Amino acid sequence: MSSDQPLLSEPDLVPPVIHHRHRKSGSRTSFFEVAADSSTTDHHREVVLAKDCSFHSAFCNNNNNSGISSSSLTEAQNPDSEFRLECPTRERGLLRSWGAMELHEISTASAVTTAPSRRIHHKSVQFDEQILHDDNARLIYINDPKKTNDKYEFTGNEIRTSRYTFITFLPKNLFIQFHRVAYLYFLAIAALNQLPPLAVFGRTVSLFPLLFVLCVTAIKDGYEDWRRHRSDNNENNRESLVLQSSDFRSKVWKKIQAGEVVKIFADETIPADMVLLGTSDPSGLAYIQTMNLDGESNLKTRYAKQETTSAVSSEVCDIAGIIRCEQPNRNIYEFTANMEFNGIKFSLSQSNIVLRGCQLKNTDWIIGVVVYAGQETKAMLNSAASPSKRSRLEGYMNRETLWLSIFLFIMCLVVALGMCLWLVRHKNQLDTLPYYRKRYINKGPEYGKKYKYYGIPMEAFFSFLSSVIVFQIMIPISLYITMELVRLGQSYFMIEDMHMYDASSGSRFQCRSLNINEDLGQIRYVFSDKTGTLTENKMEFRRASVHGDNYGSSLLAADDSSAATDVILKRRWKLKSEISVDPKLMSVLHKNPNRDERVVAHEFFLTLAACNTVIPILTDGEFSGCGTSESTGYVECIDYQGESPDEQALVSAASAYGYTLFERTSGHIVIDINGEKLRLDVLGLHEFDSVRKRMSVVIRFPDNAVKVLVKGADTSMFSILANGSESHNSLLHATQSHLTEYSSQGLRTLVVASRSLSDAELEEWQSRYGEASTALTDRASKLRQAAALIECNLNLLGATGIEDKLQEGVPEAIESLRQAGIKVWVLTGDKQETAISIGLSCKLLSADMQQIVINGTSEEECGNLLGDAIAKYGVRSSSRGHQNLNNKTNADHGNIDISNSSKSMSLPKWNPGKEEGTTTPLALIIDGNSLVYILEKELESELFDLATSCKVVLCCRVAPLQKAGIVDLIKSRTDDMTLAIGDGANDVSMIQMADVGVGICGQEGRQAVMASDFAMGQFRFLKRLLLVHGHWNYHRVGYLVLYNFYRNAVFVLMLFWYILCTAFSTTSALTDWSSVFYSVLYTSVPTIFVGILDKDLSHKTLLQYPKLYSTGYRQEAYNMQLFWITMIDTVWQSLVLFYAPLFTYKDSSIDIWSMGSLWTIAVVILVNAHLAMDINRWLLITHYAVWGSIITTYGCMVILDSIPVFPNFWTIYHLAKSPTYWITILLIIVVALLPRFTCKVVWQIFWPSDIQIAREAELMRRRHDRLQSRHQGSS
Amino acid sequence: MATNTAGSNDPTLNRRQTKRPKYSKFTQQELPACKPILTPQAVISAFLIVTVVFIPIGVASLIASRDVVEIVDRYEAECVPSNWTDKVAYIQSGADKTCKRELHVEKRMKAPIYVYYQLDNFYQNHRRYVKSRNDEQLRDAGKGNSTSGCDPETNINGVPIVPCGLIAWSMFNDTYSFSRNKNNVTVNKKGISWKSDRDHKFGSDVFPKNFQNGAIKGGASLNETIPLSQQEDLIVWMRTAALPTFRKLYGKIEVDLEKGDVINVVLKNNYNTYSFSGKKKLVLSTTSWLGGKNDFLGIAYLSVGGLSFFLSMAFTIVYFVKP
Repeated sequence: MSSDQPLLSEPDLVPPVIHHRHRKSGSRTSFFEVAADSSTTDHHREVVLAKDCSFHSAFCNNNNNSGISSSSLTEAQNPDSEFRLECPTRERGLLRSWGAMELHEISTASAVTTAPSRRIHHKSVQFDEQILHDDNARLIYINDPKKTNDKYEFTGNEIRTSRYTFITFLPKNLFIQFHRVAYLYFLAIAALNQLPPLAVFGRTVSLFPLLFVLCVTAIKDGYEDWRRHRSDNNENNRESLVLQSSDFRSKVWKKIQAGEVVKIFADETIPADMVLLGTSDPSGLAYIQTMNLDGESNLKTRYAKQETTSAVSSEVCDIAGIIRCEQPNRNIYEFTANMEFNGIKFSLSQSNIVLRGCQLKNTDWIIGVVVYAGQETKAMLNSAASPSKRSRLEGYMNRETLWLSIFLFIMCLVVALGMCLWLVRHKNQLDTLPYYRKRYINKGPEYGKKYKYYGIPMEAFFSFLSSVIVFQIMIPISLYITMELVRLGQSYFMIEDMHMYDASSGSRFQCRSLNINEDLGQIRYVFSDKTGTLTENKMEFRRASVHGDNYGSSLLAADDSSAATDVILKRRWKLKSEISVDPKLMSVLHKNPNRDERVVAHEFFLTLAACNTVIPILTDGEFSGCGTSESTGYVECIDYQGESPDEQALVSAASAYGYTLFERTSGHIVIDINGEKLRLDVLGLHEFDSVRKRMSVVIRFPDNAVKVLVKGADTSMFSILANGSESHNSLLHATQSHLTEYSSQGLRTLVVASRSLSDAELEEWQSRYGEASTALTDRASKLRQAAALIECNLNLLGATGIEDKLQEGVPEAIESLRQAGIKVWVLTGDKQETAISIGLSCKLLSADMQQIVINGTSEEECGNLLGDAIAKYGVRSSSRGHQNLNNKTNADHGNIDISNSSKSMSLPKWNPGKEEGTTTPLALIIDGNSLVYILEKELESELFDLATSCKVVLCCRVAPLQKAGIVDLIKSRTDDMTLAIGDGANDVSMIQMADVGVGICGQEGRQAVMASDFAMGQFRFLKRLLLVHGHWNYHRVGYLVLYNFYRNAVFVLMLFWYILCTAFSTTSALTDWSSVFYSVLYTSVPTIFVGILDKDLSHKTLLQYPKLYSTGYRQEAYNMQLFWITMIDTVWQSLVLFYAPLFTYKDSSIDIWSMGSLWTIAVVILVNAHLAMDINRWLLITHYAVWGSIITTYGCMVILDSIPVFPNFWTIYHLAKSPTYWITILLIIVVALLPRFTCKVVWQIFWPSDIQIAREAELMRRRHDRLQSRHQGSS
Repeated sequence: MATNTAGSNDPTLNRRQTKRPKYSKFTQQELPACKPILTPQAVISAFLIVTVVFIPIGVASLIASRDVVEIVDRYEAECVPSNWTDKVAYIQSGADKTCKRELHVEKRMKAPIYVYYQLDNFYQNHRRYVKSRNDEQLRDAGKGNSTSGCDPETNINGVPIVPCGLIAWSMFNDTYSFSRNKNNVTVNKKGISWKSDRDHKFGSDVFPKNFQNGAIKGGASLNETIPLSQQEDLIVWMRTAALPTFRKLYGKIEVDLEKGDVINVVLKNNYNTYSFSGKKKLVLSTTSWLGGKNDFLGIAYLSVGGLSFFLSMAFTIVYFVKP
């Protein structure tokens, strides 16, 4: 059959690569899409093409308005000569491809973004090493590890994920730990304290905090590393069969080297990245599961080259050859190499390699040669952690910490200056003052020498430094540790939340990032993907347009339809899923009223069944999963494993109509047509790509007719249909109107077409195809050229409509988010009509909305459209002012509404339109093409103005990087927090760009989840995540930060006032241990518990009144004003703390230790009482923590005061006997907290916040309920 | 493949069961909790409680403070003979430092009457001073040589001082003797220090050594035959004061002093406060359950009580006006 293929000499050989994965399961948009690709559609998923090449460069000469696709390299080299691009998008020379795994660099790269147009440049990543320059290639001599490794020193297969060894642990761990600023601060303070003139604390005492944190961290790190060691060891000592002197012998993994030939059996794990040489399947097919690599559970096919299969299968294991492959890189979806084997040179691609960590399934054995081992495997290269984000609140916190540092500096300066002045004043007395004595006074060697006196300037300087030591906790270093613990606790509760558990997929909520819990409470913009996020991504074949006739409006379940049942009865296999069929279409197929129509229908379904990359998997029918038909007895069950749900749906549909895809190998497919098996040879397959937006398969029928079957997006298909007769045109129009109808119903559409190939055409194509598929460079564009040869003049067969169902609870969730004042933007790759219809069905859009549609095809057009819209709807152009106004009106509405609601105790009716200040709510619908122009140019700000004044923004046909661009548009122009939610690899860039990225564990693999900060099963959980957990977390952390500032500052200020009374000599009345324990032990535990457990409102209330969420983005729990109020309060409290005992014990014989003891207790009780006053919800644990802290403090004081060697011996016993002590403490607490309490009350009476009102309402409701129940009980 | 389909049912079921968060009130954050809320009633009653608690305490402490009779006599200026213009020179000279003072009892004073000396502008809380002691040496006879921290008063010609350090060295050494109508009023100097200090902090087998033998005498000398645990003046002095103005207990008079009594005090004005212009006062004071004479607590409690009463009233009105 392939005799006319010049490259392949053996007659039985099929073209090297037939159907294999389109990189990611059903990725709608490829990773390799380039920034400029403006017309990505959702249809990518539907068409999966053979991707023999690695998308090396884009070639657009056949697609007039598609963007530039995929990667990079040649384009980068000669940008203008080769490409005639109509879209004046990015600088052509800057086109880059970016693999999925490189995405994480975006976040860092975009940080340096300066201008919008530059952004893309930075974001994209180039793989120069991908080019297989001969000098850069990696040479692997098959079965000759010595020769392979002699030259290049490839790493062995031993992996090491552990960081330390036993010896390096201590130094290395310390080194890593001291990378943290906090620890350096501790260290600096401790070091200062070791200097003799500065020794404020005892030397050991001052080391205690540092040692404590170091030990805790070291133990944690050590334990983790020990576990890593253990798993490494397990991994390294696993065994595989390796070809050694013509025999397969078992060898431990860590000894495997590049170049060795390894044999793997079913269900074993692959030890290294290997090129397949042969498999148990005669056609060289192998199935692998890549769960460990990308989390996708479906099976993927890999192929051994026909050339090698035969050599390997012949038992004799004298294999020799050279593989020339690219240098190790982390792109798991790409592999470029060629192989010389038995004198034949041929190319290898991603489908010929199996990666470490995958499992072999459904294949008895495979033999492969190791090309990358150990740390160089793609799995290991990909194990880098995702970048960490910093929460907004933490940023503010750092700003306030700066303020605190300034306070600290001022305080130390005051002490130093005071010291200086005091010394100047007492200059002459220093030798005689009994309490100073600057010289040694007694006879001896040191007589007359100065004792710890270095002159006034130095003394002042030292007193500055020692006051830094005394006041060190002014900088709340422990707060960072506390916050980590609190976030850990919060994450625990989020993970454990039953309401965020997705029963259908069995997935819990996941917190992948521990740093941004509180950001969830401040989200202003939600950017949502559509497919798989709003919708279920479970495709169902709904409608079909065959030969201009519309079918599928009345669907019946397969089993009920009489027309269908007799077909089904004939079949010996059964689908795993039930598909409903349209009897009308069924009858067209079988009871041919019109021959022409029947042929078209026949070919239509043939295309659906053949033109895909779905793999049928047969199982015995005895299993309960599908054994429903007892009548037929033996039934085989077919499960379609495919990467794209669309394809699965289409194949299943075809099967329901009697065209069952039965078997697929690299060279042929078997389709069962109503019981007859039809074997079709597959001559070639052009995989789906984002430029062509279609896939095609070349098939030779048993009667030697060759046909090309194509399916693809309507936009890309109509241009390559044959221009024909009148009837043809009417057919075209009919189909087009059907398509419009389908997409207005929210269906995803595809156009199906076919054509017979003449021998000449076939021959030309085959030569081009063969050449292209073995090309080392530029393969993608060559393949595209080959495809262009045959993908023309097609005969339209029909169109399909696939339904993507909305996920459960999506409209409600969106409605709630909207009420909460969060703007939901939908960014989708779908068509405009589809996007709008989905928008309507998920209540994003409503009928009364004024829709502004912007879909220009040129820059001016877009500009005009934007300008018109802005003029028409009176959008204010100053974005800043508008934003403020917006916020303000929002706030006002919120207050009014909620107070009304709580008073009337009824559910508030929000008028969403009111929010925007315009009479009719606006909806902006913009498509990807326009975005290309707009984001590129100065129109950006106009878009921003328009978009922010619209209630809804829908972006359709956007490419992944455009999604990120839109997020960046908002991020860079407002201070509002953004959240991006998506499920597919195409959302990765957006997820990483947004302040908070949420991944949906859906059908499309785990790329989004891997890149996200939080992951969950369903879109509707977003409501709970934001409204409940976000709200709680934000309020908790906001309070936690303020409280910690207060807690430390009140203590430091108290010390400061005292130092003013000690001739500025930095004496602390408190014992060293009390000073150290204060922030570590006495007061830290309650804050952690409150930070984790406190909640202002119950989740019911929060969900019922989404408006309460607005407190988050209005920054009500933490802002500058609150900080300053807290600080003023702190000063007052510290003054009370200091002066109340001072006046009480004025003119008394109180000693310094008793005073210190009193202050210690007083400050601990005070801060705990302060906390107690602010706790919203008292749990038993909170009681334990708060009161327990006070008791612990007493306990510690008793212990410390029972050690005779301390000067403070027995102090507490003396004090506790005197009533003055207790009365003073009571006085301190009440007087210190009185202003705060009064302010709180006054504030609440006159300016109640929404939250307080809601709390009261909640309480009243509860009381009401209780009363009612009691009433019922009594009656 | 068979295993695949078969496996897809049971294990997933199991997995679901294990993966599903278990319901507990804790994990769902639904633990029973008390949610205090600032209702008008709560606020007003809180203020009233404060009022009710504070005003009696204030009254009681004010009464207690008023009951205390206190005689304060500042003597550092008068006790320098007028012919000495340089007070520092006088105090450092060998002249007779005896000084006679008269105290008038304005109100009946019930025993025990505490005799204090009060120093002013003396920073006993200065960092250099507070640290200048060695607690081990004071406690343990065997540790006589440990003088770390005592600089610059550690040893004389290499021989360690017991008790070392600036604190001990600068011990107060004015003495007072009282008489009423020519009758001696005895001052009991036993039990003026903390019992815990006598028993555990100052060793009964530690004797002063080499004390006040240096070039400059800082203050009182100690009888080298009496162990530190019985040197109560030292023990009192070593409990360094918290503030630069402080009193220290000198002794107790265990007889009542009647109204109109004239107490003659013969004091030895030895201690040098003139170099830092510190005041010296002699204080005789009775005591109450609250300690010495200090109106602060009473006034503070009364004013806080009053304020919170006012606030409670104010809020009551506010709530009536604006429900």
